[in-house]
Amino acid sequence: MSIKLENINYIYSPDTAYQKHALKNVSLEIEQGQFVGIIGHTGSGKSTLIQHLNGLIKATSGALYFEGKNIYEDGYDMKQLRNQVGLVFQYPEHQLFEVDVMSDVCFGPKNQGLSKEECEQRAREALNLVGFPEKYYKQSPFDLSGGQKRRAAIAGVLAMHPKVLVLDEPTAGLDPRGRDEILDQIAHLHKETEMTVILVSHSMEDVAKYVDRLIVMNKGEKMYDGAPKEVFTHYKELEKVGLAAPQVTYIMHALSESGLPVNTDDTTIMEAADEIMRNLKHD
Amino acid sequence: MEMIQTKDLIFEYAKHDEEGNIIGKNRAIDKANIDVEPGSFIAILGHNGSGKSTLAKHMNAILVPSEGTMWVNGKDTKDPDELWNVRQSAGMVFQNPDNQIIGTVVEEDVGFGPENLGVPTDDIWKRVEDSLKAVGMIEYRSHSPNKLSGGQKQRVAIAGVIAMHPKCIVLDEPTAMLDPNGRKEVLRTVEELRKKEKVTVLLITHYMEEVIDADKVYVMDSGQVVMEGTPREIFSDVETLKKYRLDVPQVTMLADELRRRGLPIAKGILRTEELVEALCQLN
Repeated sequence: MSIKLENINYIYSPDTAYQKHALKNVSLEIEQGQFVGIIGHTGSGKSTLIQHLNGLIKATSGALYFEGKNIYEDGYDMKQLRNQVGLVFQYPEHQLFEVDVMSDVCFGPKNQGLSKEECEQRAREALNLVGFPEKYYKQSPFDLSGGQKRRAAIAGVLAMHPKVLVLDEPTAGLDPRGRDEILDQIAHLHKETEMTVILVSHSMEDVAKYVDRLIVMNKGEKMYDGAPKEVFTHYKELEKVGLAAPQVTYIMHALSESGLPVNTDDTTIMEAADEIMRNLKHD
Repeated sequence: MEMIQTKDLIFEYAKHDEEGNIIGKNRAIDKANIDVEPGSFIAILGHNGSGKSTLAKHMNAILVPSEGTMWVNGKDTKDPDELWNVRQSAGMVFQNPDNQIIGTVVEEDVGFGPENLGVPTDDIWKRVEDSLKAVGMIEYRSHSPNKLSGGQKQRVAIAGVIAMHPKCIVLDEPTAMLDPNGRKEVLRTVEELRKKEKVTVLLITHYMEEVIDADKVYVMDSGQVVMEGTPREIFSDVETLKKYRLDVPQVTMLADELRRRGLPIAKGILRTEELVEALCQLN
């Protein structure tokens, strides 16, 4: 049970002046149940990569296996793939369109052929999972706050019961609390349902805090793939490609350079606090 | 004279039912008072829907107060005869660079503003050149804006604003859609404008780290200004900020966590160097 990419290449507008080699020989495997982060500067290929995962974009060359089957083979059931790999785009609230939140979240399962009762049950469950308050179920999605709209849009994908949830910058433009709430709920969801979660983010702090595995994309290639701590030890290389380490990592380096012998690979506030306390007590 | 000043500013918009009848009023800004001195760097924080963008839109008379007054460079924004003076005094930069760029060539886009002000052609070219130099984008003058990165596009948008020689720039979440490098580029550009050109800067953001150099920070909630002070004063009060759905910079959060664990560290630490110094003294 996994998603496996083998030597995926993707070329936009081939044989024209705008030709762009957006993905270069990308190979990776994501096991069911992992929480994976993808980072990379604008134009590094992150969004192109994730659109391959549910077959929205077909690779120019290479193979993509979902649960052991090559999705590019003739007769492969793409509809089924799209039911199982749910993609939440950037600013998903721009895709809300129904008269009320309930109908909007029901739209996906309705298209899967479920009965009205089943759709509503799934919608309730999904809205509940993202912490959307019940009193707004019958409200127009356009009257909601930014954070609530975002939640409703994510619930719309969850209601389809995907095995894999892919989120492209789900917290862009949200206030700090909204950001924490959405990510906490996604982490909770991942724990409860054993769903695979793939998170594309521009926030190094967020990926450091939440994901188990971090993939770094640069110029269409996979640059690093490993535990966040391990990846962020390459912070100088990351800076060269438009990224950075979490701020905590910089603090730890500064402390170490000032003679406090702390371990510099901490990436979250809590880890850093533990490490600093441990060090000060030693002396 | 203040660059921007408001006196008990109220902004209300009408709520409509499905037939378009007015069924009530929503107060988006509720008696806000702010004072912005010429040449200063002011930040406005607040959660989604707190009224910060509505307030910003008053600064170049996209909106005018329902009650109370806003003066920009001494001009009452409600006075239709002063509209162009107001708009020329305060330039706006918004979140999404793609919505602000209209030219097919970078220099054309930057020249659009001064051309509309009726600046003589030779002078326009001079301004375009100076503005692109000021944001470090001069080598892209004949490029198509489509091919630029998010941070570069945002710098072009800023150049377009400064080509109009405003006394003040209002930036409404200019970095929300950018990767770490893009964010850095934009902030560095804004800082240079402030220091070299002495432009007044008003920054609205959800990134707490971006405001630590501000002269003054306003926090908004429910349309009201609920906190006002230096970054150090504002970020000393973690609990209150959390109540307003905000946060503190990561360094401040780590310092706070260490204090909670018993280390005698002062409140309101904003920079890595400050924390390193405080910890080294303990060691």
